[in-house]
Amino acid sequence: MNPAAIFRSRGWYKFSRNKLSVFGLVLVIGFVSVAFLAPFITPYPEHAGPFVDFDNATKPPSLAHWFGTDVIGRDILSRVVFGYRISLELAFIVLIIAVPTGVIPGLIAGYFGGWWETVIMRVTDVFLSVPPLVLALAIMGFLEPTLTNAMIAISAMWWPWYTRLLYNLTRQLKNEDYVTAAEVVGAPHWHVLLREILPNCVPSLLTKMTLDMSFVILLAAGLGFLGLGVQPPTPELGSMVAEGANYLPSLWWLPVFSGLAILIAVLGFNLLGDGLRDLLDVDI
Amino acid sequence: MTDVPLLQVEDLNLKFHLFEGVSHVLDGVEMQVRKGERVALVGESGCGKSVFVRTVLGLLNRRNVEVSGEIRYHGEDLFGLSDGQRRDLRGRKITMIFQDPVAALNPVFTIADQMTEVIRRGNPKCRSAEALDIARQALLQVSIDEPDRVLKSYPFQLSGGMNQRVIITMALINRPELVLADEPGTSLDVTVQEQTLRLMTRLTQDAGAAVLLIAHNLGVVREFAERVYVMYAGTIVEEGTVEEVFRDPLHPYTKALFAAVPRLTGGAMPRAIEGMVPDYTRAPEGCRFHPRCPHATERCKVPPPTLTMGPGRRVKCILHEGQAVEAVHG
Repeated sequence: MNPAAIFRSRGWYKFSRNKLSVFGLVLVIGFVSVAFLAPFITPYPEHAGPFVDFDNATKPPSLAHWFGTDVIGRDILSRVVFGYRISLELAFIVLIIAVPTGVIPGLIAGYFGGWWETVIMRVTDVFLSVPPLVLALAIMGFLEPTLTNAMIAISAMWWPWYTRLLYNLTRQLKNEDYVTAAEVVGAPHWHVLLREILPNCVPSLLTKMTLDMSFVILLAAGLGFLGLGVQPPTPELGSMVAEGANYLPSLWWLPVFSGLAILIAVLGFNLLGDGLRDLLDVDI
Repeated sequence: MTDVPLLQVEDLNLKFHLFEGVSHVLDGVEMQVRKGERVALVGESGCGKSVFVRTVLGLLNRRNVEVSGEIRYHGEDLFGLSDGQRRDLRGRKITMIFQDPVAALNPVFTIADQMTEVIRRGNPKCRSAEALDIARQALLQVSIDEPDRVLKSYPFQLSGGMNQRVIITMALINRPELVLADEPGTSLDVTVQEQTLRLMTRLTQDAGAAVLLIAHNLGVVREFAERVYVMYAGTIVEEGTVEEVFRDPLHPYTKALFAAVPRLTGGAMPRAIEGMVPDYTRAPEGCRFHPRCPHATERCKVPPPTLTMGPGRRVKCILHEGQAVEAVHG
């Protein structure tokens, strides 16, 4: 499909009825492309790393530094853009790990029932009964606070939501005639699960993944804020807010721009997710 | 042809264990389908027809289900087969046609995807291009004039009648020996249902497949089937050729079914059967029809004998004890 055809499709028509979700889509496309092109479009790409320039420290926003500079003279705009990179990368990888990890047991529990269901669903209940931030904190306290470990910690507590989702969907879908029809013509279990049931879960999965991007970004920022996430000098939005918060209210630009960046990311994915939910007509 | 029937069901019992108690849904069902034969199973809604079909296919393996009896296919007991063997048998030799053709197709795949899938399952060596060609030919045979458009479509883009034809084509494409048809087309309008039946008759005759048609419409049964089983509350109350049963129904339930059909000729209004299909957790003792039967006596409270009235002609009612050739007491 060529790009122009998308705007002429029925799906786009339905989606574009909701101006807020179009706004969400614009935000998401905006910061995803900015993050993607970070090394080329930021004014001071080297400021994303361990860079020190005390002469220019704590400068308020100006033409040279739109978002001002931090306590050791790094350009905040450049760091925020690179911070998006980290956040998106993290959220994306967390979902890549958590979604299959959650989807497969969910399918199995929903389809086979019995002992499978009991064991799988009770394990997910255990995970879901612990508040996510607490569990992630525990895991991070246990491991070294690095980007990889943050991904592991967040994935470890994210998959049960997908198990839940898929379990419920599978239980509904397995009584559909086309699933029975596939069973009748002798389709093996894997075929029924992966080719008959799973494709019908994609709309719900896609919507939930979009909404979860924002939750994961927020959680990662929360971990960063508490000092258990990605460590400096890596420009992580949460830790940047935490660092800057010490200088409020005089050096307000230190925490405010990174905080706004988190807000925009979360807002963008949430609005887009809402739009997808209406477009794909799913219940999440 | 051998003497062994294609499908032989003997003393099939099925119970659901529920909160309300044990629901005895199928009670000693006996049935035979021979090779290439068209058999109908008729009864009112809730009499256990669909449960019976699902049991034969082995689709009811939930925790609260208890099945006993025998289902033999080519003389081989289906309950003795492993899961995998049963699946294999289902795919190649037994298929099913569902009530609602739109629901029986997966909404996220095109007709082409779903048809080639089935064709290749029947013949794994078949390449996709070949399978697509087979699908196209098969659709042309069921008078679909633009097979390529249909193949490219998703189920919800086609009409109910079109989907029904696709479903029938898919069911018969691997040349099964036995087709179980659960009221095909009942969800469609009457003219399409009519077409569906005619199409099914033609295709199954061409393929030499036996059909077990589940129906509640006696007109459909008369038109389609050679032999008929009448089911009431999970038991077969009468069996015979369509001609025999329609000319001279023996069981009071069968008679009541005929009396309930509206007619164009003759003055009498159709008569409804009083009461409802019983609650299976507290099924009536003895003959399950006796609470609704105009001829019921005290003797109906013990299980009725199965009376053989002639070759292939049986009835489960004490009214005909005098004329019976043979009586088997249950």
